[in-house]
Amino acid sequence: MSIHHHLSDTTLGAFTAGTLIESISLVVASHISLCPDCRKRRDQLENIGGLQLLHAEPEGMSADALQKVMIKLGKQDQPLASHSTNDSIPSLFEGPTSPVGKPDIPQPLRAYVPDRLEDVEWKSMAPGIKYFAISGLETSGGTLSLLKIAPGVNIPEHGHQGIELTQVLKGSFSDEIGRFGVGDIADLDSDIEHQPIADTNEACICLIATEAPLKFAGLMPRLVQYFSGM
Amino acid sequence: MNEQAKMGLEADAKQQPDFSVLLFNVGENQNREAFANIFQHFAPRVKSYMLKLGGVDEIAEELAQQTLLQVWRKAQQFDPGKAAASTWIFRIARNIRIDVLRKQKHFFDDDFDMAEIEDEQEDAEVTINREQKNRYVAIALAELPQDQAQIIRMSFYDGLSHGEIAKQLEIPLGTVKSRIRLAFGRLRESLYLKSGEMA
Repeated sequence: MSIHHHLSDTTLGAFTAGTLIESISLVVASHISLCPDCRKRRDQLENIGGLQLLHAEPEGMSADALQKVMIKLGKQDQPLASHSTNDSIPSLFEGPTSPVGKPDIPQPLRAYVPDRLEDVEWKSMAPGIKYFAISGLETSGGTLSLLKIAPGVNIPEHGHQGIELTQVLKGSFSDEIGRFGVGDIADLDSDIEHQPIADTNEACICLIATEAPLKFAGLMPRLVQYFSGM
Repeated sequence: MNEQAKMGLEADAKQQPDFSVLLFNVGENQNREAFANIFQHFAPRVKSYMLKLGGVDEIAEELAQQTLLQVWRKAQQFDPGKAAASTWIFRIARNIRIDVLRKQKHFFDDDFDMAEIEDEQEDAEVTINREQKNRYVAIALAELPQDQAQIIRMSFYDGLSHGEIAKQLEIPLGTVKSRIRLAFGRLRESLYLKSGEMA
C-alpha cells in the first residue's frame, strides 16, 4: 500500500495533545495504524508534550506520596497485561489479532464494525450512496460512519464547519484535491469545498468523521435534495 | 531566545539526570532508586498537568501517583532508541487524563509503540539517543515567538482544543491553526538542522 495523502499537522498535533473528540480520534488512529510517515510525525509532535511536562512548574506532592507508591510497587512486579486501564480498547499496533476476516479494516476500527466489510448492514442514503452509522463513540454533534459510494457516483459538492476526515478502506475516489486510494486520508479544513467521486469500477468504502454538522442543512438532507432534484 | 538563555537551557539539561538511563534501569532491573529519582522529578509535574483537569488537589495527586505507578509497571516496554523518557511519560499521563476527563477511549497504543511493527526505513538518525534530539527540540521550543509558544502550551499542557484556545484568546480558529503550523514547522526544521550537524 502506498499512501499519498496524509494528516495535517494541526490534526496530528491535536491528536497527540489528546484534545480531539473520539470520532475524529478514531479516524486519525486508523490512518496512523497504516501510515509509517504519520506515525513518525506523531512521534515528533509527542516530544513537545514530553518537554512541556519535563519543564512544567512542579506542584507539591504530599509528603508520603513516594512512599505510598513504593509500597504498591512490590505487589505489582509481574508484567501486566497490555490493556491495563481500558480493557476494551484494541491496541493500535499489536498486529493482526484474527487470522481471518478484517483485512480491509484498520486495527482501531475493528471493535466498531462487522468482521468483514461484506457483512456491513448498509442503509441507503441516496441512489448509489449507502452508509453505516458507527455508534458507541462521542461525536459532539458531528458524524461518524462508513460510506459506500457506487462506481461513478459523486457526492454533491459541500463545505463543512470543522474538521472532516475521510479514510479510504476500499476502492478509491477523486475530488478537486486529488486521487485517494486505500489508506489515504482526506483531512479537510472548514473552508474547503469538494465533490468526491468514486472513480473506478469498484465501490469505494470510506470511514468518515465530521466535527460539526455540514454546512447548510447537513449532508443527508442535502443529498436527498440533490438526488431527488435529478 | 538569546544566547544566555540557550546556554542556561543546555546547562539545565546537563544538570538533569538522564531520565532515559534511569527509566531503562527501572525496566531492566526494577531499580527502585532509579524509580524514586524519576518520581521526584515527574510526579510534581504530572500533578500540575493533572490539575488542569479541574483544580481538585486530591484528584491531581492521585492521578500523578497512578501515572508514576504505570511508569513502573510499563517500564520494561520503554526503548530509549524510540522515545525520550519525557515523551514516554507524557503519553502515559495524557492517556490517563483522557480516560478520566471524558470517560473516553483514547485510541493510543497501551504498549506505546515499542511492540510496533518496525517501519520499513528507519534511518541512521534513529540510533542517536532520543534524549539528545529532544534537547534540540527543547531549545527550538524555547525560541518560539511568544504567541506560538503560548498556543503550543495551551494545546499540549492545558489540554485545550483548538476551538477552546480560539475562544479563550479571542482570535479566529484559523489563526490558532496557522500559529500551530508555524510552530511545528520551526521545531521540525531545527530538529533536522541540528541532527544534520551531528551526522
